[in-house]
Amino acid sequence: MTLQAYQEKAEGCAANCKQRYAAFMANPNLSGGQKLAVHYFTVAMVLFMAQLLFGLLAGLQFIFPSFLYEILDFNVNRMVHINAMVVWMLYGFLGSVYWFLEDESGVPIVGLKWGQLAFWVLTGAVTIVVLVYLLIQIGSGTDTSLWLINEGREYIEAPRWADIGIVVVMLTFFYNVAATFAKGKWSGIAGVLTLDLVALAGLYLAGMFYVTNISVDQYWWWWVIHLWVEATWEVLVGCIMAWSLMKLLGVRRKVVQTWLYIEVALMFGSGILGLGHHYFWIGTPEYWFTIGGFFSALEPIPLVAMVVHSIYDAGAHKFKNSNHPALAWIIAHAFGNFLGAGVWGFMHTLPQINLYTHGTQWSASHGHLAFFGAYATINIAFFYLAAQQARGNVWMGGELANGWRWKAAAILLNLGVMGMTVALLIAGYEQSFIERAVEGSTWAGYFAAQNHPWFMQAMIWRMVFGLMTAVGGGLLLWDLLEIGKGEQRPAAVIDSEAVTH
Amino acid sequence: MTEQSPPRWASETFWKKTAIWVTGGSFVLLVILSFDSMKQISAGGPRVPAYSVINKDVSYRFDKAKQRYQPTIGDDAPLFGKTLSEAEAEKLVDHGKKTVQAKNCMNCHTLLGNGAYYAPDLTKAWLDQGWGAKESREQMMVNFLLDPEKNARTYGSNRKMPNLDITPPEAEAIVAFLKWMSSIDTNGFPHNFIALGEEDK
Repeated sequence: MTLQAYQEKAEGCAANCKQRYAAFMANPNLSGGQKLAVHYFTVAMVLFMAQLLFGLLAGLQFIFPSFLYEILDFNVNRMVHINAMVVWMLYGFLGSVYWFLEDESGVPIVGLKWGQLAFWVLTGAVTIVVLVYLLIQIGSGTDTSLWLINEGREYIEAPRWADIGIVVVMLTFFYNVAATFAKGKWSGIAGVLTLDLVALAGLYLAGMFYVTNISVDQYWWWWVIHLWVEATWEVLVGCIMAWSLMKLLGVRRKVVQTWLYIEVALMFGSGILGLGHHYFWIGTPEYWFTIGGFFSALEPIPLVAMVVHSIYDAGAHKFKNSNHPALAWIIAHAFGNFLGAGVWGFMHTLPQINLYTHGTQWSASHGHLAFFGAYATINIAFFYLAAQQARGNVWMGGELANGWRWKAAAILLNLGVMGMTVALLIAGYEQSFIERAVEGSTWAGYFAAQNHPWFMQAMIWRMVFGLMTAVGGGLLLWDLLEIGKGEQRPAAVIDSEAVTH
Repeated sequence: MTEQSPPRWASETFWKKTAIWVTGGSFVLLVILSFDSMKQISAGGPRVPAYSVINKDVSYRFDKAKQRYQPTIGDDAPLFGKTLSEAEAEKLVDHGKKTVQAKNCMNCHTLLGNGAYYAPDLTKAWLDQGWGAKESREQMMVNFLLDPEKNARTYGSNRKMPNLDITPPEAEAIVAFLKWMSSIDTNGFPHNFIALGEEDK
């Protein structure tokens, strides 16, 4: 092909994209906020795919250490893997809130234009950050590196300039949410959500400064990581879950909101001081043993409550709902959150056992199931709600065309993540025994554990299940692009009063 | 079925108030504890030694009364043969920490047990028996950091640290940072770790 032919092809492609985007923006089935939500969901899915890809690369390096050596080293792959995860989850949350904001408040979003601008700014910034991670990777030991390349602090590696951008975007989002509720009506969900977003944005500041003292560094670093993931994010998905139960199953608002308050009390009551379970070994005083151990042992309780609550709701409504894939993922969320965050977290949370399991594959095992179970699942449920509405609020119950696809994707993703979790748990047990208990955490002990056939076997199992997860992810993407297309039947009507009595 | 109002303990307002009080109470307690923790973990405090500790011999021993391992500070043992003032030591350790962050060490290694699990923990790296002898340790660490591939210590795992373009001053600063970090009281983590030079005691 000649250069001109390429040029024409590219122009055609761009024109096609433009046209499709214009058609999407003219979609009469979606409100302004819902269109913005779909923007967020789209980037979230792209980042989810990136997370899977870089997870596979990092996993492969455990088995073949020379794979991509000095091209894309483990530290780069692992950083992109975990950062893509954090960011796609945040995109999913922002999208979910934009999705129900107008419905919940009863008015159009106040300052929607700012929200749209913030989306493009954030997405542009995320793209630049990822390109710098991949192409530049590391810098010299100066402040310039921390400002422009990488802060080198797990999970919040984003360079400082991006941190400031993220705060600005979060403030815009907060303005959209608070001003919209203020103009429309305040519900219980609205109140919890708004206060939770204040905490979410505020806590991020705790990770935005440099100190020489690594104990102090880690102390505040956990304010972002733990208090986000085990407190504000949990409450945020509590709000999202509460709204979706009303919409999907027709649960009464009074019941949902009472449960939401109970969850907030239990979640913050255990999660805020549960922070102490990260303060056992970083130089902090001994009283954190008692406080951290006690409150983190309470942390699974709200998650049990959530399971009881959702199963009761689903049963009381005889599983009658308006969107089967979304309900399936809501159920996956209830169990995944309880198992991954609750059970898997509790297994090694007490100092008595954590002394041996801290910083081993136990953490990786817990992390995989907890993030997926608590957050990926509920975001995916919302992707299905969005797909349904975007196609004209069509039928998404039984006898759906190509219904095998969403089911297969759900099975592969859930089995895949569960398989990785169990494989990593086995690796974690082995590592705790050989490296920690027997060899006392010397480097020789570390490698004795890493080289052990039991460990290597577990890593191979992790890879197999990782591939299964990736196939499930691909299938999910395909299904979301196709599901409901050409469906003529309207969605099932869920009447709250009819089903409760 | 007639609608009955729920008992007080099951009402929305009761749980709303409970949620607010529990959240507020926990947060206030956390803030108070954080003030105390900050006081205790500032450098030069009871748990995190001053940066000039890099002029001393640092080790790690079992404390019978506490039933756990504790860092011990011994006689003079200046790093690279230079005794540094407090300000100089802080500057060096600071450069080391910045380099550790800029080179993204934490996405392979763990520090204080946090980070990734592809490479060993660095919490007590300064004290690891893998360096063979105290006399050659400093130079071996610098050589390793400058050319990790040629000086690879993979213990049969084939996992090699990549060349991270570390300069000689950065390498010395990292060693200083690691030595200082090994002196932090981590409440006995890692357990049962026998430090270099403590094998026969």
